[in-house]
Amino acid sequence: MNDTTAIRLIGQPLKRQEDFKFLAGKGRYVDDVRLPGMLHMAVLRSPHAHAKIRNVDLSAAKVAPGVRLVLSGKALAGKIGPIVPNWVIPGSKVPFRPVVATDCVRFVGECVALVVAETLAEAYDAVGRIEVEYDVLPAVIDEEVAIREGAPQLHDNVPGNITTIYKVRGGDYQNAARAADHVIGLRVVNNRLIPTCMETRAIVASPEPDGTLTVYIGSQVPHMHRRWIAETVGIPEHQLRVVAPDIGGGFGAKMHLYPEDLLCPYLARELDAPVKWWESRSESHQSTSHGRAHTENIEVAFRNDGKILGLKVETLGNVGAYLSNMASGGPTVNTVNFGTGTYKIDDYEAISRVVVTNTVPVDAYRGYGRPEGAYIAERAIDAVARHLKLDQVDVRRKNFVQPAEFPYRPYGSTGVMYDSGNYQGLLDKALAAFDYEGRRSECQALRGSGIYRGIGVAAYTHMCGMAPSRRLAMSGFDRGGWESARVSIDSSGRATIYSGSMSQGQGHITSLSQIAADVLQIPIEDIDIVQGDTRQVQAGHGTFNSRSMAVGGSSVHVSSQRIVAKAKKIAAGMLEVDEKDVSYSAGAFSVPGTDIAPVTFPKVARMAYVGHKLPDGVAPGLDETVFYDPTGMGSPSGVHLAYVEVDPETGIVDILDYVAVDDVGTLINPRLAAGQIHGGVVQGIAQALYEEVSYDPDNGQLLTGSLLDYAVPRAEHVPNIRSLFQQTASPTNPIGVKGIGESGSIAAPPCMVHAVLDALSPFGIKHLDMPLTPPRVWAAVQQARMGAAQ
Amino acid sequence: MIPAAFDYVRASSLAQAIDLLRDDPDGTKLLAGGHTLLPALKLRLASPELLVDISGIAELKGIEISETGIRIGALATHAELFASEPLYRELPVFRQAASLIADPQVRNRGTIGGSLANADPAADWPAVAVALQAEIEIVGPNGLRRVATRDFFIDIFSTVLEPDEILASVHIPRPRTGMHFIYRKIRHPASGFAVVGIAVGVRLQEGAVDEISIGVTGAANHAFAGQRASDFLIGKTLSQDNIEQAAQLLSETTECLSDRYASAEYRANLIRIETRRALFALAS
Amino acid sequence: MPEPDNRHVVTLEINGTRKTVAVEARKLLVHLIREDLGLTGTHVGCDTSQCGACTVEIDGLAIKSCTVLAVMADGASITTIEGLTDIGAELSPVQAAFHEHHALQCGFCTPGMVMSVRQLLRDQPNPSEHDIRHGLAGNICRCTGYHNIVRAIESLASKGDQP
Ligand SMILES: Cc1cc2nc3c(=O)[nH]c(=O)nc-3n(C[C@H](O)[C@H](O)[C@H](O)COP(=O)(O)OP(=O)(O)OC[C@H]3O[C@@H](n4cnc5c(N)ncnc54)[C@H](O)[C@@H]3O)c2cc1C
Ligand code: FES
Ligand code: FES
Repeated sequence: MNDTTAIRLIGQPLKRQEDFKFLAGKGRYVDDVRLPGMLHMAVLRSPHAHAKIRNVDLSAAKVAPGVRLVLSGKALAGKIGPIVPNWVIPGSKVPFRPVVATDCVRFVGECVALVVAETLAEAYDAVGRIEVEYDVLPAVIDEEVAIREGAPQLHDNVPGNITTIYKVRGGDYQNAARAADHVIGLRVVNNRLIPTCMETRAIVASPEPDGTLTVYIGSQVPHMHRRWIAETVGIPEHQLRVVAPDIGGGFGAKMHLYPEDLLCPYLARELDAPVKWWESRSESHQSTSHGRAHTENIEVAFRNDGKILGLKVETLGNVGAYLSNMASGGPTVNTVNFGTGTYKIDDYEAISRVVVTNTVPVDAYRGYGRPEGAYIAERAIDAVARHLKLDQVDVRRKNFVQPAEFPYRPYGSTGVMYDSGNYQGLLDKALAAFDYEGRRSECQALRGSGIYRGIGVAAYTHMCGMAPSRRLAMSGFDRGGWESARVSIDSSGRATIYSGSMSQGQGHITSLSQIAADVLQIPIEDIDIVQGDTRQVQAGHGTFNSRSMAVGGSSVHVSSQRIVAKAKKIAAGMLEVDEKDVSYSAGAFSVPGTDIAPVTFPKVARMAYVGHKLPDGVAPGLDETVFYDPTGMGSPSGVHLAYVEVDPETGIVDILDYVAVDDVGTLINPRLAAGQIHGGVVQGIAQALYEEVSYDPDNGQLLTGSLLDYAVPRAEHVPNIRSLFQQTASPTNPIGVKGIGESGSIAAPPCMVHAVLDALSPFGIKHLDMPLTPPRVWAAVQQARMGAAQ
Repeated sequence: MIPAAFDYVRASSLAQAIDLLRDDPDGTKLLAGGHTLLPALKLRLASPELLVDISGIAELKGIEISETGIRIGALATHAELFASEPLYRELPVFRQAASLIADPQVRNRGTIGGSLANADPAADWPAVAVALQAEIEIVGPNGLRRVATRDFFIDIFSTVLEPDEILASVHIPRPRTGMHFIYRKIRHPASGFAVVGIAVGVRLQEGAVDEISIGVTGAANHAFAGQRASDFLIGKTLSQDNIEQAAQLLSETTECLSDRYASAEYRANLIRIETRRALFALAS
Repeated sequence: MPEPDNRHVVTLEINGTRKTVAVEARKLLVHLIREDLGLTGTHVGCDTSQCGACTVEIDGLAIKSCTVLAVMADGASITTIEGLTDIGAELSPVQAAFHEHHALQCGFCTPGMVMSVRQLLRDQPNPSEHDIRHGLAGNICRCTGYHNIVRAIESLASKGDQP
């Protein structure tokens, strides 16, 4: 019998259920955890980018007030660690990374020693009393310099500072280059960023009376943290409970294994007391992973009509001093696999080198690799349009993959497949909302009066929700691609859902409830979601790679379906009819076409638990757990447009309008989806216009050491974002959803750069590297004017 | 995030504060709004032994306008300077400049005295005070003295204040009828401080510049007066050509600071552009 | 010279209740609020006074409690986010508007943001979009891109409600 869905919440812009506690100041973040007898850890960090440690003198710190323990790296060697990455591209050379440096430091900020004291103030005071003697070594900061002959070497087992070489090839680029009317090259820098979650990292490890250890950590991946901490500290995994309470933003930075994640559990066991570590903001700038940090050399071969024939890419991905958790995968699989973007470019050749330098380790940050990949494709096609003086929209249209070509494998790739999409549809919708033609003429008209406006366009697609597990094995992951969900119905018919996903602000309580409500056909108020406690949630991978709705949501969907299937069996027994005659809708099981009185879901739930009258072969209880391993990955896509005005006299860029049209498949909650776009786009605008980590190239000092010099945008730095959607359902999961979290930060950087370049086109400026700060834009205009004058 | 230990005294009078300063000039720091001092202590860039909180001293408060001039107590916060209606009627530039300093929360605590005493090369009040030809009243063990703002700043974070002296108040001559001031600022995107800030006051008589005064911040080691540009414009009309020339002169007055964010050339350019824009605005 | 670890007694009114606490001179007001008074809705997001996550009201003015010493607040009246609602009670207008307009994601910046918005609306009951964005200069949000925060504030403009 077909069920009908009287309750249909997917697609509804529901307001968030989780808001109230946050608005009332009742959110509970790790720093809010306060336990009796809790001690505080503080870390002494290296002031040098590269140095031998000659001696660490802890004596003065040991006798400082309130101090309970002081340790250097030597004391920990062999006891905990080393820190190993979780994603290692086959063939990579993995440098040895101790938890605390023993004889060499390799970046400013690396842990050198630690203090545990009764108060945080005392711990800081004692850290100030530790004396370390260093022999300073030459440092290398830049990825291009690091691979040169004679560059300072970081690790004995990483000759030339290259850990990984990764190649992708489809068709024959050389052939395409020969057939082309033009071949142009361009070098682009993808600036190094600091993810900057407003909540910095923090961790509390607490020994429990029963001999287990509870670890509170703002983790995007609680179950993975449990495994990593267990293995690296030497605690049996089942005796470790990881609790991720509310998280103040993650953006990729809170899914890696950091030294402090290991130190607190180790010290808590050593001292038999809760040990807390809280990261100050300036500390965070040198101890939490950075993002991006690429240089790419691009060559694009194309015809006079703007059709691109071939693309060649050389990527250098700067990963900092060690291979962090996923570091070898970002500049490789996640970047160059997607280098052709939304365009049909059959002849493609890419090589990526992963490079170590004396800088903070670089790892996943919102989009991880896909922003860099999209930047390659978009900067290339924009260069083609500029070179041929063709309209940027026309050139994209000419090169787009066509709707009929999905599922589409770019450049004949075996690894990359875009499941669905309609790029023309996105473009048309975006152009209409933006009034592209009107603004084009407006730009032209204003130029006469010395007003420089420009329009930027960027299109993107990527793959997210890494799966299936088998595929992750091939690319070198030590994890799977599934997600788990347990739907537990209580005897009153209400649901508690234990999800392996982990919200860091996305609003999973609301969106996962919407998914479950539609299948369970019960009111959303009757659904509770539990995340972030490995004692409660059976298993999981967590939230990253825009996977929570596609994979986590699907697992909720499937386990809810199993609940309904079992409930239907029980209902059939209660109704004394055949199961296939029972229909379910809006919380009631009925037998259509008869006058048999329906039974409600709560009644069936009660029956499941009392077990008085269950059909043969049906066990009591209404509780289903699913480990959902998708068959493939969804491909979100989008077209973004920006309208800017550049003041050539000051270099200031004013953003007049921003339109985002995104195809993320089925929309579960349009309100929350738009929120993801707003936030992602602003992070992308930040990369394009404001943010950049800088190091002194000579001594490796971090020059953007706090929020005083690292420019995270404020409200007045960014515009309203007009977010629109197109829905092309993904065939890879039962809901049809694709990921959304990373879309904005992928599309916005090239879109903004193109808008500024368009505004500056009268000056003949063809390329600028991000961030397009006023001084940088002004300098480019000056140079162009001088060039024109000569 | 947590300062090194220090002790704290809330001074109830200027005399008490000066006595405490005299006891240990090197180990003692005055605390006014705390919005420069406390961030520095939190990062442990300084570790005084004693903080003398002067924020409760009545003698340092108030904004008074009299026949002879305007007195602004050192403790006047940016927010008070923004909000004061009498001050706004006299010199609207206070409201305009205050609104460009930091953010609302900081403006509720930070003081003009702290800003001037601290002499951050990128702070805003120094430029405004220079343009207003303000005098700074200083109290020390030997009594009172007054210094013109343009002579007050010596170098980066350095003024004529002795370690046992307190900046008590700022005195501004009442502007002559027709004198209009404007403050223009290009903000650093992260810190919010001035990459360059220009305060300009002009009085026109029959189309010609009768009085002019310029203060510049952000560009050099300390705020300075744009004397050459002012001299150039005196008696001239604010024609496009004259404005361009004055702006050019001002931008050539000093060797500009250069840092990771902005080069010296960029700062010099901003001086030129912002001066020009300020003068155009004052001309109309 | 007094001992550096000398304690100072601070008496203040917090969300309408009088409290007396002995603190080290170096203790920041935000730590007094979070640790001694257990009001953890006020957050710490930076160490350079930029982010505004720690915003509370002292005597009716929004300030950054990470940049005020606890001893300086002796005698003051302080309102934190917890002072705006009681458990189970209705949200205040600013809080309700944030919910209505999806102006929060991770919620970490939210308490400070709400306290700043109260100041903004007291200063300008009918702010333009520009006024709103300028008025939020002291608060960083990394999640929302500010779009919906601006919408929430616009919805409150000139409603005449007490923020
Ligand atoms: C986030 C942020 C952004 C800011 N942005 C800007 C900006 O855009 N523009 C700008 O101009 N400023 C800015 N400031 C600085 C702010 O205006 C400060 O408040 C001000 O500069 C110092 O005033 P205060 O009262 O806080 O001084 P305090 O921090 O109390 O003192 C500063 C220094 O001056 C000394 N001092 C204070 N008062 C006196 C006195 N009466 N006599 C002698 N010495 C004294 C102190 O001993 C100390 O050394 C910003 C500050 C912050 C935290
Ligand atoms: S914690 Fe106070 S401003 Fe950031
Ligand atoms: S909601 Fe996360 S920082 Fe604002």
